[in-house]
Amino acid sequence: MKKTDILIAGVGGQGTILTGRIIAALAIAEGLDVKTAETHGMAQRGGSVITHVRLGEKVYSPLIPPGDGDILLSFEKLEALRWLPFLSKKGTVIVNTQELEPLPVLTGSMEYPEGILEEIEGKVSRLIAVDALSVDPVTENPRMVNTFLLGILAKNMPYEMEKWLKVMEEEIKAKLVDANKKAFMAGWNLQ
Amino acid sequence: MNDKLVIMTGNEAIARGAYEAGVKVGTAYPGTPSTEILENLARYPGVNCNWSSNEKTALETAIGASMEGARVLTAMKHVGVNVAADPLLTLSYTGVGGGLVLVSADDPGMHSSQNEQDNRHYARFAKIPLLEPSDSAEAKDYVIYAFELSERFDTPVMLRSSTRISHSRSTLQLGQREEKEIAGFEKNPAKYVMLPGYARQRHPLVEERLLALEAEAELSPLNRIEPGTGKMGVICSGVAYQYAREALPEASFLKLGFSHPLPKNMVRQFASTVEEIIVFEELDPFFEEQLMAMKLEIPVRGKALFGLLGEFGAEMIREKLLGHKEEQIEVRPSIPARPPVMCPGCSHRGVFYTLKKLKLKVMGDIGCYTLGALPPLEAIDSCVCMGASIGMALGMARANPASAADTVAVIGDSTFLHSGITPLLDAVYNKAPITVLILDNSTTAMTGHQEHPGTGTSLQGEPAPNVELENLCRSLGVKRVTVVEAFNLSHLQKTLKEDLAAPEPSVIITRHPCVFLIKDFDRPPVVDEDSCTGCQVCMKLGCPALSFKDEKAKINSTICNACGLCEQLCRFEAINPAGGKAGD
Repeated sequence: MKKTDILIAGVGGQGTILTGRIIAALAIAEGLDVKTAETHGMAQRGGSVITHVRLGEKVYSPLIPPGDGDILLSFEKLEALRWLPFLSKKGTVIVNTQELEPLPVLTGSMEYPEGILEEIEGKVSRLIAVDALSVDPVTENPRMVNTFLLGILAKNMPYEMEKWLKVMEEEIKAKLVDANKKAFMAGWNLQ
Repeated sequence: MNDKLVIMTGNEAIARGAYEAGVKVGTAYPGTPSTEILENLARYPGVNCNWSSNEKTALETAIGASMEGARVLTAMKHVGVNVAADPLLTLSYTGVGGGLVLVSADDPGMHSSQNEQDNRHYARFAKIPLLEPSDSAEAKDYVIYAFELSERFDTPVMLRSSTRISHSRSTLQLGQREEKEIAGFEKNPAKYVMLPGYARQRHPLVEERLLALEAEAELSPLNRIEPGTGKMGVICSGVAYQYAREALPEASFLKLGFSHPLPKNMVRQFASTVEEIIVFEELDPFFEEQLMAMKLEIPVRGKALFGLLGEFGAEMIREKLLGHKEEQIEVRPSIPARPPVMCPGCSHRGVFYTLKKLKLKVMGDIGCYTLGALPPLEAIDSCVCMGASIGMALGMARANPASAADTVAVIGDSTFLHSGITPLLDAVYNKAPITVLILDNSTTAMTGHQEHPGTGTSLQGEPAPNVELENLCRSLGVKRVTVVEAFNLSHLQKTLKEDLAAPEPSVIITRHPCVFLIKDFDRPPVVDEDSCTGCQVCMKLGCPALSFKDEKAKINSTICNACGLCEQLCRFEAINPAGGKAGD
């Protein structure tokens, strides 16, 4: 099986680590080797964060070299642009079009960039852009953005839905499993 | 045995290894990227774990546990080893009772640190063995090996992780715990009492031990030659091995897992099978310099290619060694940065706003509040190490007594207990009229909200005695101690002005729990757009919940925690409480 390199980008606190953990657990259930690299510590305080997930027959480095990534899953629009150089030109971008304004924009010293989706679309082979907050059940529960987007990613990977759901049961706190599964299915069934 | 594969971070794997090795005691002070080691170890049965006030007390506690005959693990970030270095270098002389392993988690690239020192030097400095795992499976296995090595050679062992080991997940198999009896302390002054006379007898043993450890490293399964088909030989350790292995499938490798003392015979043997050696090591030329001193007959290259700075990656080898640069997507220049920020509702924000407003010199310290150095607050003028703020403020007052009138030291509660007490004592003793702010948010926030001796709760979540900061400061001889509610800016400003003018040392404790510890928030305030004049005073807070659009302030109610600072600042009554609780 060909190696798959997945980057999960977002803003500290959005749940990139949990999403990476679910993908990694699925890879193991599929008998694949897997490694992740995560952002902990200072950057988690609302900073730009990235989780690397690599799966394949044998994975050495936990870090995806710039230009090697197959899929960039971004929980925020600007972060998709920031981490785009890690993706291969043949790669796929799945992005939540939500805008979370970084401090230089909030204070008015910079503008939130225009035309991000157009720029990404012209530079990669495939772009899936979704306003996650406009889709049920994320609308009622914005914390489910990560598993909703995971559902979209999962649909674009060669593993069965039931296996993803089973892994989620193992990786997510019991009382949150049902809500997360619902969000995952909304992503899986999108389009 | 359970042969099922599981996936763990390096930190989880280190804790698991300690558990399987029969560790009875674990100690640490939190520090990224090491923090989760003790948090995970504490969850296993039969292991007594405690947070320590700092890394020195953590190691000293570990030494005592070892002398009593227990296997013990202590974990810290790289700069924490500086704090623990005093006991470490003499511990090398005394050796151990039960096995003692010190985990140093280094941070190449400074993801969450103030420097990127290479702690492999400490193993050499202390003349103790160094193990460097390259993934989670090795992290667990090496910890078990380290305990055996520690007891067999009567030495502490350093296990060096790094951010990409500690915070990466990879697969491993779990083993069973091997229970170890606690042998009990045996009096042995010549071994444990390092008076000069005894220490002189111990030093030659340390040197002999080092030679014996080198012989052990030659045979250790942790060091291995992986023959390739090319002429190139790569020497590496830790996560750098993974980067190099990925980029150079054809090369021969000498993978060093037991990397100090360097197995020189193995290196010579390896060198005889290749035509050139590439040393691929992050940060300092630790191996490279030792190789140079060996005067091998083939070329050795390392730092000339890869440099001394930051993290490495597989792409560095492809580019610098193979001349192949991956074609990369270029994006527009000048993308707005997204630096970490203090959270909405953070109790530090108003303090820094006030310090900036009063145009004070601010000696900073290590914690979330170091973010007060970033725009728009830009209120911190220094950050060196844990506890430095108070000593530095004292030094300024010694150099220029007038500076005490416009200088404050700012330090968090956990950091104060870590290493702020002694410099405050110095200030009292030396009659320096400095002003110290202890930002007491009742937790060790930056590393993920660990308990400490001031929180009233233990690592395991049990009730614990808690030191009261105001009484502690008074007991040190500080007469002016004031507790201020952190969001009461007028009280803070008034107290600051009085204390800066006072001819004696003073402490202001600004108190409010970290926003992560609060469950019950008021509803976010609302902006009355008709009253908002667009003056942007509220924007000086640098709050992520506030923005400025169409000449008006805006509040993002999904992330606002209703701390009320912006309401306090607004002179036009344009920001007003919504009333009620967030959940209403």
